[in-house]
Amino acid sequence: MCATCGCGEGEVRVTAPGDQHHGHGHGHGHEQEHDHDHDHPLRTHTLELEVAVLARNDELAARNRAWLAARDVVALNLMSSPGSGKTTLLERTIAASDRPVGVIEGDQETLFDAERIRAAGARAIQVNTGAGCHLDAAMVQRALTDLAPEPGSVLFVENVGNLVCPALFDLGELRRVVVISVTEGDDKPLKYPHMFAAADLVVINKTDLLPYVDFDTARLRADARRINPDVELLELSARTGDGFAGWQQWIAALLPQ
Amino acid sequence: MHELAIAESVVSSVLERTGEQHVCVVRLRVGRLSGVVPDALRFCFELATSGTALEGAALEIEHPAGRARCRACEREFELADAILLCECGSADVTVLSGHDLRVTSVEVA
Repeated sequence: MCATCGCGEGEVRVTAPGDQHHGHGHGHGHEQEHDHDHDHPLRTHTLELEVAVLARNDELAARNRAWLAARDVVALNLMSSPGSGKTTLLERTIAASDRPVGVIEGDQETLFDAERIRAAGARAIQVNTGAGCHLDAAMVQRALTDLAPEPGSVLFVENVGNLVCPALFDLGELRRVVVISVTEGDDKPLKYPHMFAAADLVVINKTDLLPYVDFDTARLRADARRINPDVELLELSARTGDGFAGWQQWIAALLPQ
Repeated sequence: MHELAIAESVVSSVLERTGEQHVCVVRLRVGRLSGVVPDALRFCFELATSGTALEGAALEIEHPAGRARCRACEREFELADAILLCECGSADVTVLSGHDLRVTSVEVA
């Protein structure tokens, strides 16, 4: 400890601009100079960084976006809870598509979804995140190299089933789609606002089950718009195909002419 | 638990700029609309810094509210969460700030 001012070595701070004191960072405000007969071994200084925490991810996402655009590949990031029907929606989309389709499947474990997508007739790559709860731009970059989507194709990235974490990570997609099924309840936009705030489109799936559940479609629509005034909404049943044409039209509007 | 990935990004973006220097304090700005929970981030920070030049560093988090402008009445107001609702009853609101997620500064030895 410094005998004159009582500062401990562990809390020494020399702070650059704006701090006129000798930098101990304690507020006792003594004015006199005192000659230290020791060195402060932990002399520190401030580095102003002002760097976005996700800058590296965003940089890779921008690279993915440019890579996809150069090949006329339209990429959609599909996010939802587990079991909302993303893979079923993709199976039907692949069967009905007149363009080649590629899919990057994100799950913590198993190849189940990639196998379903291949069986439906599309190229698929499975990314297993292990303990990870979301895909990031670096994972998608690796998957793109392996998948090598055809020029002019539609690429779906089926994110890890999770209504929280994927919202934060730009993958380089053109649009973000949130799929919500009517069995999950109409309160999800207010419970998971970040996900709905990040969406360009909300797909309300499993509408064939509406007669059996208490799901207020008008409430979900209103709440989604409270979080995200510009969001688009579609209702469909990936199982029966009801409302599916609206989804096809939405995708068609994104394709280069 | 994306806070672990966020904590790891904090560590790598600091290390990129500080190299071998020992880092004793990391200061972050985590906006209320960023989707990151400061307490969860603190929990993960210790794990993410272990064995790096940031090990043992203190984490100081600024957690500012967001700002928004109502497109109906043109009023500007503070946003404590992601629910966009102006006092005038309109939900047609433009978010001006609150998504910030950055390392503002560090103390290095």
